[in-house]
Amino acid sequence: MAAIETFYDVIRRQGVTRRSFTKFCSLTAASLGLGQTAATQMAQALETKPRIPVIWMHGLECTCCSESFIRSAHPLAKDVVLSMISLDYDDTIMAAAGHQAEAILEETKEKYKGKYILAVEGNPPLNEGGMFCIDGGKPFVEKLKWMAEDAMAIIAWGACASWGCVQAAKPNPTQATPIDKVIKDKPIIKVPGCPPIAEVMTGVVTYVTTFGRLPELDRQGRPKMFYSQRIHDKCYRRPHFDAGQFVEEWDDEAARKGHCLYKMGCKGPTTYNACSTVRWNGGVSFPIQSGHGCIGCSEEDFWDKGSFYDRLTKINQFGIEHNADEVGLAAAAVVGGAVAVHAGVTAVKRITTKHEG
Amino acid sequence: MTEATQIHGVLDAHGEKAAELQSVYVYEAPVRLWHWINAAAIIVLATTGYFIASPLPSTPGEASSQFLMGYIRFAHFSAGYVLAVALLLRIYWAFVGNEHAKQIFYLPVWDRQWLSGVLYEAGWYAFLVKRPKKYIGHNPLGHLVMHLFMLNLAFLVVTGFALYSEGAGRDSWQYKLFGWVFAIWPNSQDVHTWHHLAMWGVVLFVIIHIYTAVREDIVSRQSLISSMISGERVFRDEADK
Repeated sequence: MAAIETFYDVIRRQGVTRRSFTKFCSLTAASLGLGQTAATQMAQALETKPRIPVIWMHGLECTCCSESFIRSAHPLAKDVVLSMISLDYDDTIMAAAGHQAEAILEETKEKYKGKYILAVEGNPPLNEGGMFCIDGGKPFVEKLKWMAEDAMAIIAWGACASWGCVQAAKPNPTQATPIDKVIKDKPIIKVPGCPPIAEVMTGVVTYVTTFGRLPELDRQGRPKMFYSQRIHDKCYRRPHFDAGQFVEEWDDEAARKGHCLYKMGCKGPTTYNACSTVRWNGGVSFPIQSGHGCIGCSEEDFWDKGSFYDRLTKINQFGIEHNADEVGLAAAAVVGGAVAVHAGVTAVKRITTKHEG
Repeated sequence: MTEATQIHGVLDAHGEKAAELQSVYVYEAPVRLWHWINAAAIIVLATTGYFIASPLPSTPGEASSQFLMGYIRFAHFSAGYVLAVALLLRIYWAFVGNEHAKQIFYLPVWDRQWLSGVLYEAGWYAFLVKRPKKYIGHNPLGHLVMHLFMLNLAFLVVTGFALYSEGAGRDSWQYKLFGWVFAIWPNSQDVHTWHHLAMWGVVLFVIIHIYTAVREDIVSRQSLISSMISGERVFRDEADK
């Protein structure tokens, strides 16, 4: 290979017109919430910077992240990222298989040492030496560590890779573990959700590959551009919340009118994601718009936080299953009862000792 | 802290000596003021907080003409600010106030006398000890409970501001100061639950606090209730020193 291959070279070779290319840049820049000049910057980066390959690996997961990703609403974003630019390896959707496929990993690791992006969908189970997820004859955890060694950065796709998700739900028999608890020495970007929104995924990949660095992350390692606000903050039903108008039953008048689902256990107030702004399936709808509360799928351990339909979280310590009010009321009743008994004993004592004296 | 200063008895119009009462100035004005502001804020916070977690029945009509949940939340946040500012002033007063103003902020676990005092008071409440000891400030057991309450209060302030920062935004000073709470509990659902449980902790404290204050006032013959108004602790039993 003589000259350095850029994204633009590959895109043009694939038959994408210059017009489509600039369109993609402006669309992506807009979806990332970047300024007006960003589209030009993006185009320039794609034209001049060497191509950054993306290796997409699958651990313990359900492939819903991939399903979401390939349905990205900006068709070009999907095409460009998926089939043209960068995705050098993705065992579920690539043409190559077996040794031929595995050879790509070795090649990328060597040729792009410290320069490729490792995108991980799902997580490694650590129990029994990682035997609960075998990939290419080896435990997935070994493959993950091996490919992470020379990666520039890691993208943790979905709730699985970010937090653990359903396979890590109690009692987590396989000891499924999120990526950041296994790989400690690489920058990791978490893109939680079950699955994450397609536009969020393509946006993140495009940002990382074009600018060669991670976008600004919040305390939890999530890209600020998509995860800095709660569903609740931008929910179109928010006025009903502030007014105190709630759906009380699934089939009541308020449900038909589209009032707030807070009392039905909607997790919008505790969930950071872009659903209420970006929405799903090309901006068609999102759970709350369809009349169902948010289940908080992009939040840590959302499977272990009680029912999706409870407002107050059930507390499962000491073999009990009650919410904070039930626990508090029971404790208040015990203490109140003890106080009453204590007061009674005190009164009796006073009377009897006075008699003595 | 077990000493009490003596106020000599005075003679009344008939030349009869009035009962001699020992009284000590314990709670300075800022401490008393803080106590009652704190109590009022807690009543507002616990009530509104309960209705934030379990809202009232839905309001009728258009959303544009109602703001019930908004007002409840506003009251909660305002009372929260009042409580937090009062707490800061109270901490300031622990530095500049008298010795009793500092008491609830630390536990003298290195003090053997204090430790045995805790056991003694526990015995008094278990009806094992016949006569209570008299203390000018909090008795050791009360001191312990009061300190736990202050920790609970601090926990409520910290988690409260962390939850408030979710609405105030990632660039808010609330998030900069208290966002670390979400490093401990990444899912804010947990922070809500802990905040809620801590509220019940305050309810338990209030039950015990009011009961023991009334009880001690009567049984141990030392003023507690009026002390938080006048600041004076009066020992009504002269014989028992």
